[in-house]
Amino acid sequence: MITLNVNGKAHQYDDDENMPILWALRDILKYTGTKYGCGKGLCGACTVHLNGQPIRSCATPVSAVGDQKITTIEGLSEKGDHPVQQAWQALNVPQCGYCQSGQIMSAVALLENNPKPDDEQIDMAMSGNICRCGTYERIRKAIHLASDLAIEVKGGK
Amino acid sequence: MKVIENVSRRKFLKQFGIGSGALVLAVNFPEISFMPKALASGAATKFEPSVYVHINSDNTVGIVVHRSEMGQGIRTSIPMIVADELEADWQQVQVIQGLGDKKYGSQNTDGSRSVRRFYQPLREAGATARTMLEQAAASQWQVPANECYAKENHIIHKPSGKKASFGSLVAIAATLPVPEAKTLVLKDKKDFKFIGKSNVALVDGHDIATGNTTYGFDVDLPDMEYVVIARPPVLASKLGRFDASKAKKIKGVVDVVALDNIEEPPLFKPLGGVAIIATNSWAAMQGREALEIEWINSGHEVYNSDTYKAALAASCDKADTVLRKKGNVDKALASAEKVLAAEYYVPELIHAPMEPPAATAHYHDGIFDIWACTQTPQSAQGTVAQLLKVEPEKVNINVTLLGGGFGRKSKPDFVVEAALMSKLRGKPVKVLWTREDEIKNGYYHAVSYQKLKAGISQNNEVTAWQHNVALPTIGATFSKGANVIGSEANLGLIDMPYDIANVQCAAGKAEAHTRIGWLRSVTNINQAFAVCSFADELANQAGADPKDHLIKLIGSDRQIDLAQENAKYGNYGEELSRYPIDTARLKAVVERVAKLAKWQEKRPKGKALGIAVHRSFVSYVACIAEVSEAASGKVKVDKVWFSVDCGTAVNPERIRSQMEGAAVFGLSLTFFGELTAKDGVIEQSNFHDYPMARITDTPETIVDIVESEHPPGGVGEPGVPPVAPAITNAIFALTGKRYRELPLVKQGIV
Repeated sequence: MITLNVNGKAHQYDDDENMPILWALRDILKYTGTKYGCGKGLCGACTVHLNGQPIRSCATPVSAVGDQKITTIEGLSEKGDHPVQQAWQALNVPQCGYCQSGQIMSAVALLENNPKPDDEQIDMAMSGNICRCGTYERIRKAIHLASDLAIEVKGGK
Repeated sequence: MKVIENVSRRKFLKQFGIGSGALVLAVNFPEISFMPKALASGAATKFEPSVYVHINSDNTVGIVVHRSEMGQGIRTSIPMIVADELEADWQQVQVIQGLGDKKYGSQNTDGSRSVRRFYQPLREAGATARTMLEQAAASQWQVPANECYAKENHIIHKPSGKKASFGSLVAIAATLPVPEAKTLVLKDKKDFKFIGKSNVALVDGHDIATGNTTYGFDVDLPDMEYVVIARPPVLASKLGRFDASKAKKIKGVVDVVALDNIEEPPLFKPLGGVAIIATNSWAAMQGREALEIEWINSGHEVYNSDTYKAALAASCDKADTVLRKKGNVDKALASAEKVLAAEYYVPELIHAPMEPPAATAHYHDGIFDIWACTQTPQSAQGTVAQLLKVEPEKVNINVTLLGGGFGRKSKPDFVVEAALMSKLRGKPVKVLWTREDEIKNGYYHAVSYQKLKAGISQNNEVTAWQHNVALPTIGATFSKGANVIGSEANLGLIDMPYDIANVQCAAGKAEAHTRIGWLRSVTNINQAFAVCSFADELANQAGADPKDHLIKLIGSDRQIDLAQENAKYGNYGEELSRYPIDTARLKAVVERVAKLAKWQEKRPKGKALGIAVHRSFVSYVACIAEVSEAASGKVKVDKVWFSVDCGTAVNPERIRSQMEGAAVFGLSLTFFGELTAKDGVIEQSNFHDYPMARITDTPETIVDIVESEHPPGGVGEPGVPPVAPAITNAIFALTGKRYRELPLVKQGIV
């Protein structure tokens, strides 16, 4: 039995410890906001945070996670108003939306490490996330906007 | 501009169906015309789905979206159209996803048709509701109806200023006769509040940003089992001996079942194979890994991409199905001063939507309840009914959000698999496709070879145009042995718009060895690549500016009638009188995009522009790409400009996003897209060997939308075809090298 810590909630888990955390989240714990795209850590659709750092949940077994802190898209904010979530909505970033949970989790991690990234830094940080619809340009713009929103919130402007 | 977000609808996302006590306007959609009829309020319980708008006594407005949302924004655009004509308050609008039912008219969400086909009927639906509410208020107030008007979910009596909410008028309105469509007064364009504006936030934007969405993969039913299937690696190979003993030992694996072999033609039938049933997705996948299976050859093992390419090239020379013939090409080529010839090759491609196919079915009491990310719920319903031998009425298809479609999810084979498995198990079952399944067992964009020849006179006039193609046909998916293209000819081959005296387009034979399907813009991808590249080659040959030469090639303002040239042209299912091939509009987007990109201005060293224009899905799109070359010799696309004439632009914000997406989709297939077959098996399996454009590859995209009074054209697909030739034309301008084969990654330049 493992206790998984997801979005600040403890979950008892007694399934296969080799199961990637993606499927444990989706099928066992029913956090379906995290998406499957490739199963090989190639597309970033499954990105969640482990202790605040972005990981590919499809390629990370439950045993490697243990009781460390997992954050999924559902746990990013209570009201869906994280600056990145706000920026995504303000610029109508999504098309189909399927990859956007992963995009948003990667973007949040980027901004936590680098509150004011330039285009090149954004491209580097986001290059592991594929969007087949091609929303990349808006993702870039939304990360800049989220950066501004976050700095405003902190009164840094 | 202020963006309006509909907050109230969040509560209703997962609601299917309508409340009672509502004024229901049911509208049947035989594609274009419709006849509304009011159902008595009691009739609402007698559920008879059709495209409709209803108004509830609590003043909310329900609008049904009968088309599938896959990123094109249709769940926003359809409600915008209805709400605008109705004068609804956007905050009161509830968006309801329509079940699969033929009473809606076509729900087949492909071919860039949703707004094109339903703009007028949806406006009429909104106007009908508004008119009846005005009449209801007039009757309540005992005033003439023409003194009443609708505004933001209320009816107002102009002289007195009296005001009543839509909701308060429901009871009276429901008793009134429905006005005839011809008596309706549609809003004047200047009074539009949503149509043509970019002021409405995406209906699903908040849910997507918070992970509160339900895609096909996300459906979860109590006591549900998870299924993955080991499908035949070669089309129609049959299941031989298999050993499931190791698979069955895996924790979570419940059972392993052999499925019936598929008989060709494949249609939308399940491919067969071995199904692994488990308590979770991971266990099912692990179970499949542990299977040992022998497959019995089907004959398609002869399919090898290298030899197949040579066969296609040879077939172009024997192209004997003439699809368009004007003048005498052979004679004109023989007497030409110069003949320019070029050959183009575009490999097999696959859709790769971020969400692979997935469907959940629950068979109970003789009924199939199904949830699926399908582009075509009626086809899913019909195919399940036919193959599992039930009445279509006993198959309920709930359409989830689609994590991308691009044509893959028009094929309901995966939905049938789920229905079959649920019936077999007597339980709710989710069938999920892995990325490997999606790439190895798809409905492919056909590999194609094309040979073009142009005759050129002494004064550089193009006097002859010969275009021969060879590619396996979509027809083979539906008719075994079909080996000549059919409707594919309509998509960028026979509709070549240049003004040339002698034209001949013909197709050679090609056997299909995989399921051939349709991918975003279909054969426009390869055919526009050839036509728009060859136009650039002709400009270069003439020593002319590519844009000026393109305008010259298109020639005078005219409406092209291909029937005069022995061609049967489909025109995307539209009347030519309503949607002509209009060369003036084609040239206009060329001129506009050239102005936007400052075509005439010299670029700094190491940068160059390329141009292409193409009409598809009755819309006109011109594209300019700016490329640069690094010291390493690698090429990058820095900027893409589009000018789009899609007739009436209903939702410019989503038109722009579709063009931005088309730039990336086009870039992916230009740079990276290639599937190859070895002994009948697709060799690629995932994003490492079937890569696509990432954010680091993405150009800045600038979109110009032509203000137009023409009826709406397609938007989802027409942006894609001109992108590849615009890029390779730009690379030619930059490097002097002409790339006639995709993808460019094989040439070592990206």
